[in-house]
Amino acid sequence: MQNLFYILSGLTIFAAIMVIISKHPIRSILFLVFTFFLISAHYVLLNAQFLALVNVVVYAGAIMVLFLFVVMFLNLNQDIERFKSWIPLSAAAISGACLFLVFFSAFRTSVLASHENTGGYQQGLVENLGEVLYRDYLFPMEICSILFLVAMIGVVLLGRKERVEPIKNLVP
Amino acid sequence: MDATLILHLILWPPLIGFLINGLFGNSIPKWAVSIIACLGPLTSFTGTVLAYKFLSGPAHDIPLYTWFIVEGSAKINFGFYIDHLAIIMLFVVTGVGSLIHAYSTGYMHDDKGYSRFMAYMNLFLFSMLLLVLGSNLVVLFAGWEGVGLCSFLLIGFWFENKEYNKAAAKAFIMNRIGDLGFLVAIFLIINKFGGIEFTSIHETLMEEGQLNDPQIALICLMLFLGVCGKSAQIPLFTWLPDAMAGPTPVSALIHAATMVTAGIYLIARMYFLFDYSPLSLNVIAITGCITALIAATIALKQNDIKKILAYSTVSQLGYMAVALGVGSYISAVFHLMTHAFFKALLFLGAGSVIHGLHGEQDISKMGGLKSKMKWTYAVMLIGTLAIVGCPPFAGFFSKDEILASVYSKNFWYFLVLAFASVFTAWYMFRLLFATFHGQFRGSEVKFEKVHESSYSMVIPLIVLALFSMFGGFAGLPELTGGEHNLYKFLVQTIAQTRFKVSHLFEYSLWGITIVALISIAYLTYRKYATSSKVVFESGNSLVSKIILNKFYLDELYLILFVNPLKKTGSWIINQFEYGVIDRLIRIPDTLIESSSIALKNLQSGKLSWYLLSTAVSILLIVLVFIYR
Amino acid sequence: MNTIPELIRTVPLQHYLVLSTCLFFIGMIGVLVRRNIIIVFMCIEIMLNAVNLLMVSVSAYRGEASGQIMVLFIMAVAAAEVSVGLAIIVMMYKNLKTTNIDLFNQLKG
Repeated sequence: MQNLFYILSGLTIFAAIMVIISKHPIRSILFLVFTFFLISAHYVLLNAQFLALVNVVVYAGAIMVLFLFVVMFLNLNQDIERFKSWIPLSAAAISGACLFLVFFSAFRTSVLASHENTGGYQQGLVENLGEVLYRDYLFPMEICSILFLVAMIGVVLLGRKERVEPIKNLVP
Repeated sequence: MDATLILHLILWPPLIGFLINGLFGNSIPKWAVSIIACLGPLTSFTGTVLAYKFLSGPAHDIPLYTWFIVEGSAKINFGFYIDHLAIIMLFVVTGVGSLIHAYSTGYMHDDKGYSRFMAYMNLFLFSMLLLVLGSNLVVLFAGWEGVGLCSFLLIGFWFENKEYNKAAAKAFIMNRIGDLGFLVAIFLIINKFGGIEFTSIHETLMEEGQLNDPQIALICLMLFLGVCGKSAQIPLFTWLPDAMAGPTPVSALIHAATMVTAGIYLIARMYFLFDYSPLSLNVIAITGCITALIAATIALKQNDIKKILAYSTVSQLGYMAVALGVGSYISAVFHLMTHAFFKALLFLGAGSVIHGLHGEQDISKMGGLKSKMKWTYAVMLIGTLAIVGCPPFAGFFSKDEILASVYSKNFWYFLVLAFASVFTAWYMFRLLFATFHGQFRGSEVKFEKVHESSYSMVIPLIVLALFSMFGGFAGLPELTGGEHNLYKFLVQTIAQTRFKVSHLFEYSLWGITIVALISIAYLTYRKYATSSKVVFESGNSLVSKIILNKFYLDELYLILFVNPLKKTGSWIINQFEYGVIDRLIRIPDTLIESSSIALKNLQSGKLSWYLLSTAVSILLIVLVFIYR
Repeated sequence: MNTIPELIRTVPLQHYLVLSTCLFFIGMIGVLVRRNIIIVFMCIEIMLNAVNLLMVSVSAYRGEASGQIMVLFIMAVAAAEVSVGLAIIVMMYKNLKTTNIDLFNQLKG
């Protein structure tokens, strides 16, 4: 069973790296979908079955379809990346790597206080989650619905066609 | 009646008029502006009459509140002082002021800055009242500066004209020189007497004053420097002729009748101090003599009607200064009063002429106006007769008194003044005849357009003419058997013994005056009125050239003071300003500029750059937290 | 099903932490080096998912459901964000005819 985790982890990292190194946007998106599936698998291993499902539905299903749709819509399937200079790229890579090292070294030695108190597989089921959600997090959930409403209005406004003022006839 | 109430009645109405006209003048109709502007001085005049009628006793000290305290020595009140001298001055200021306000409503009516003009006039009147009524030198100084400011504003009233602005600045700067002396005198007085109230200075002097005390002499000379500036004595008199740039009512009110006499008033007010310093009295008398003579000489050759009157004013102020200098303060105040009447009359008459000729000021282009402007001619004639000292007009009595009192003290002063008097007669008759008699020297068309002024201008002229005719009867000389009422009134404030001259001298003085006047009138009439071709001075000979150019005094000041100052200033601006200060300032300037150029690149607007810098900053923050 | 919780006992939490850190920084490096704004946006999604994974793992090890609820909220916010962000990208593409972020240099005063 232990190996399952490591295999999954390797695949996840490989897929994520492929997302950022593949030149073709469509390929990136497909690798990203793959990454999300792998993360869902991790959720199953962590007894978060409901979240695994939601992850597949929301991320792999809805969000990635949106991405795909935009790429198709803008006709971006050809590569537009052009290297201008190595300096910003290397600076980006170096700073990212440095930050990674710092976090890595910080987490490597971290210890969780209580290791024993695992909740069992029922914990991630929708029954349990729903109880917690509607008992403790009712208000944030309602706020979430307002957030969606705002996002929806915003998207509609952004996507609206600019109204062009009709040019007035100069000759009376 | 309560003195405080009367004081409030006199002092504040012009200020209220100023505030209303100054703040809302453009939004209220013109007739309302006129009424508000004239109501202020009229109320003050009423208050003055009430004060004259109902205030008993020699003086009323009214300290309103403590203004400020000089640490360790003097408490300075915002206080007022009504005594007989103040009442006389109040009559002059509010009486002549009211008439000139009424005149202005006609004269300035079509000017676009009408409400502003009336507001300034009201402010001037308020400052003048502050000056006259102040119970100490500091309040007096506040009024002194206030009238200076109004003078500046009104000389430069037509500020579109650059020359007028220059004249205003000249008057202001000349007065600053004098005011510096005045301020120094105030500090010295606080230092010496520990108080600034007139009454307290007087008391201290009575107890411990010493004749010829050098400190007192210094104070007196410093005060006199202030007087030189304000009352246009040599060497600070050159601003007054230039001040004629202002509208004519301003010249009449400020630069003839009231403000320029403030210096005379100051010395009369502080007479007890000057009595302790014969040296400074001599300085005043000599300065007055020179001023009277020089100004009268310059006036002989001027062609601008207002300039002639301006130099005449300077000359008459010189007379007053001589009278003060020989210790005959009441004569000086007497002449101040009559001079206010007839000089205001002359200026307003000149204004009427200028108005009728649509802005012409040059007497060489006038002539024969008698038939067109009967009223103006009549009042100008009265004014001229008054100023030259023809009996029984106002000027005769006051001038005669000054001459007699000066003669009783010093013959040479008398001689100079007599000469100046002859000159006065000459240039005044010349002005009168050249303007009103003979033939008109302008074009026919222009002559057709000449018109008499409106009633609002003529009526004040007539009132002033009446005063010029009968004002002298306030001080009849001993010889006529009448009473010198003014002396009796003022001696309660100014304790001064009456001078004595022999009857023979008085008779001969009168006789010579009358003979001289008749002969001068005849000569000038022949020269300027009868001959068809009137010759005006062009300055061919050396003497007339010098006189025509006002003794080159302006040029002298330019060389002596203005140019060196300008050179010093430009040297400082080049060496110090640009060389030192600017360089010092540019150091932080360049630092900030270069650093901002460097920092500007941070905000490149590029999204990728922002992302990178966000990442780098997170890295730094995390590093700081971990390896703290 | 009962065997799955056993996995938690066999794999230490640190490994999950390292995994999510790796994912996070892969996403971050992607954000920094890629020039296509859509790829950048996708990399941001990877970063969000890395955080989600971290939350779920800690929640599982502590036996508490709150972490998973948080993940739920993050997903909700991410969905809103993606919809708005993609709308913005479409608008910018309409105006600038590009998705290269090096050419998006209007973001200054």
